[in-house]
Amino acid sequence: MPENSHSKRVLEVKRLNVEIPVPTGLLRPVQDVSLHVDRGETLCVVGESGCGKSLTSLAIMDLLPTKAKRACDEMRLSGDTVFDIGERAMSDIRGDRMSMIFQEPMTSLNPAYTIGNQLVEALQRHRNVSKAQARDRAIYLLEKVGITAAASRLGQYPHQLSGGLRQRVMIAMALMCGPDLIIADEPTTALDVTIQAQILHLLSDLQREFQMGMILITHDLGVVARIADRVAVMYAGQVVETGTAEQIFNAPQHPYTRGLLDCIPIPGKTKRGARLGAIPGIVPSLVGHMSGCHFASRCPQAHEGCETGDIELLPTAQPGHVCRCLLTQTPGTPVHETEGAAS
Amino acid sequence: MLYYTLKRLGVAVLVAITVSVLSFSMIYLSGDPAVALAGEGASNEDIENVRRVYGFDRPIILQYGSWLVQALQGNLGHSNYLKAPVASVIFERLPTTMLLGACSLAFALLLAIPLGVVAAIKPNSILDRIALSVAVVGQAMPSFWFALTLILWLGITWRLLPITGTASWKNFIMPSMALGYYLTPAVMRLTRAGMLDVLSSDYIRTARAKGLRPMTVLFKHALRNAIIPVVSLAAVQFGFMLGGSIVIETIFAINGLGYLAWESIQRADLPMMQAIVLVLSIFYILLTFLADMLNAFLDPRIRVA
Amino acid sequence: MTIDTVKTQVTTDSQEPSPGAMMRKRIFTHWGFMIGAFVLIAIFLMALLAPYISPGDPFDQVLSRKLIPPIWSDSAKATWEHPLGTDHLGRDYMTRLFYGARISLLIGFGAMLISGVIGTTLGVLAGYYGGRVDMVVNFIITTRLSMPVVLVALAVVSIVGSSLTVVIWVLGLLIWDRFAVVMRSATQQVRALDFVTSAQALGCSTPRILLTEVMPNITNHLIVIATLEMAHAILLEAALSFLGLGVQPPEPSWGLMISEAKGMIFFDPWLITIPGLALFALVLSINLLGDGIRDVTAPENRN
Repeated sequence: MPENSHSKRVLEVKRLNVEIPVPTGLLRPVQDVSLHVDRGETLCVVGESGCGKSLTSLAIMDLLPTKAKRACDEMRLSGDTVFDIGERAMSDIRGDRMSMIFQEPMTSLNPAYTIGNQLVEALQRHRNVSKAQARDRAIYLLEKVGITAAASRLGQYPHQLSGGLRQRVMIAMALMCGPDLIIADEPTTALDVTIQAQILHLLSDLQREFQMGMILITHDLGVVARIADRVAVMYAGQVVETGTAEQIFNAPQHPYTRGLLDCIPIPGKTKRGARLGAIPGIVPSLVGHMSGCHFASRCPQAHEGCETGDIELLPTAQPGHVCRCLLTQTPGTPVHETEGAAS
Repeated sequence: MLYYTLKRLGVAVLVAITVSVLSFSMIYLSGDPAVALAGEGASNEDIENVRRVYGFDRPIILQYGSWLVQALQGNLGHSNYLKAPVASVIFERLPTTMLLGACSLAFALLLAIPLGVVAAIKPNSILDRIALSVAVVGQAMPSFWFALTLILWLGITWRLLPITGTASWKNFIMPSMALGYYLTPAVMRLTRAGMLDVLSSDYIRTARAKGLRPMTVLFKHALRNAIIPVVSLAAVQFGFMLGGSIVIETIFAINGLGYLAWESIQRADLPMMQAIVLVLSIFYILLTFLADMLNAFLDPRIRVA
Repeated sequence: MTIDTVKTQVTTDSQEPSPGAMMRKRIFTHWGFMIGAFVLIAIFLMALLAPYISPGDPFDQVLSRKLIPPIWSDSAKATWEHPLGTDHLGRDYMTRLFYGARISLLIGFGAMLISGVIGTTLGVLAGYYGGRVDMVVNFIITTRLSMPVVLVALAVVSIVGSSLTVVIWVLGLLIWDRFAVVMRSATQQVRALDFVTSAQALGCSTPRILLTEVMPNITNHLIVIATLEMAHAILLEAALSFLGLGVQPPEPSWGLMISEAKGMIFFDPWLITIPGLALFALVLSINLLGDGIRDVTAPENRN
């Protein structure tokens, strides 16, 4: 069983940290983040702005700003380590075995080149194919992402396309080499509401069709409910809870997750006229070292024990469901060690 | 694109007309042009003669009209010192100055663009600081002094290069450096700023996310966009350089337009001065027009409207 | 593979330093600003005190003592009486250098003032009113840019006749373009801000808005351009004088000094090096000061 689950595993990240020096000290926007994604699985990373979810994805791609430093215990893509392997080896992997879709389709394509040019170069960089073959692949994928008259689009420049179309092009570009893993960093935030649903469906369908692992980063719980297989909730740089979508939505363990879910109105369940939930307080500064639970200052159930020591991500009663909270932890070893032992 | 071209062309023509009016009226700065043209010690009769021959007795607007018509037909007047048509003298000298300008521009771009790129790759690194220092120092050096210093070291002390004349390509090295270096700070700063701007843009991140080689990212995706403003600047500065060639050509005794201008000023050869100002201005207008067209070509957002 | 977790305890200053103190700190830690200011003040004092600190008279010709090399040369002729030597007419070079600083500063400042008034007026009007005014001003700027400065300046000076005043006016009337361009875009930016809109809504008169709302917010740009143009004017004057159409002999202009010495480049190159270095130092210090002012007043706009 462990052998089997390992071969299905597309991405395994253990204890990822990101540090950025700032004038007031050392900013630690990503702390101790562990994630994994299996083939054909969609992992949604949710959290409010500034919780470190985008930086986590950039850290996985090794595309962090130069000032930021990252560290981790383990980072594997389909079993091969992809951490600290050098820029050259990393660039061989980027765009080939894992690719990324960004938040801003308006600015993510180079204005000076046609979209055909930008699609073709993605394939030609990694595969020894002719321009004609690369073009065929580009046309095939443009049709796949729902762009009509794909062949004629190849000659167009990004500024001639709408935001929705550009994001479709970005998706096609990410799929050019048939990656194992696709990371989508809030791919619909910048788009019109009507387009958002289309793009999400498209991503979800393609992910299933090509049996890729997908990490979808979002702050929209509605999106999560619709397409997530598993969910990782992030707060103040840490993953506070991970589980299947069912576990997270039906039996949230961490007080932050519960607070987050209270903020969404549910038809039939939320009483008419009742106030929606809100989490009081503000997110703590992530500059310097912080001990105890990051959520303690805002948590309704916090006690003195929450203020000290490092709180680990530990399994709950449910299999596969882990939580970073003293209240829910059953005695046992931290999650990293249990999983490490299994593989 | 057609609309843009026509609009741009319209402005260019209007500017050219205004410049022609200005260079035409330059002759009136001295008061009575007839007195100036007749030269010192001319009798009243001589002056009246000049006035009639040159048509200074007619209304100014008519004088301008006939001057413009003549100019459009390629007749820029007659040099009373060289005893030759102004236009033919100018076009005889123009190629030398163009060659000097092109060499200087090449020198400036070849030095400034790589410096700017290197500086932008690692901002605040040692290389960046060196490049910026070069720019600051370059901007403060008077061109004629730099030219003389070059002559002193490369020409006299080390005897590497010929000092004056246009005998061989070697003669053009020092003048090109002296004329071109003044442009490098501006081009370097603009390249650096453009590269910094572009390198932090989203599409560069996309290019890196595709796994493209750093060189491909730098030269295909970044430089192409960063260079667009440099094209305009280079065109504008090329025009300025032709104006500045007067100093350099005088120092190196290069028989171009600048030297001709200096000679004409020395001899108070008014028609010649007037014509050179006009020719250089028109040339500049043409350059900026071409630069805009080139810009449109490089930036599809302008071209494919 | 874990990097050491640096456990920095952040010391949050309970008291932020005052804006004035921060500005002073930025000024004193900006080496370009400090060097520029120091050199410029030194040259300014040199010009101001020229009659008191000069070893001789700038016009006194002693032909028996011509072309004495500066004291650092090996020549036996070098003497402390003439620390920087003498020129081809036996005039003390250091004295002429000191007096030359007066001319450079005077012309630089005068031309900058004239061009500043013209350029700022045009630029602010274009930026504030936009539309047709903007179009016209843009046209004037384009026309001005298409005329070669050095050539037109030379031609005009040669026609009108050369003097210090003429040079100042000609340069001032020619180099206002950068003022206009920068002031125009700066005004456009300020104009779009809410406090200008609210002043308009309150019914303030346009001159009042321009003077009390717009101008204070574009002054830092103005100062930066002013330094650049002052340096520009000094270089242009030197070039004109070098070509024999700027300041006329026997006045001691640095450009003219270089021009007079260019025939002696083979044997007495220091005659060229010394005024050249002086020009270079002056222009460099003004530029450094300008860059420094830009950095210090608007640190967020750096690079």
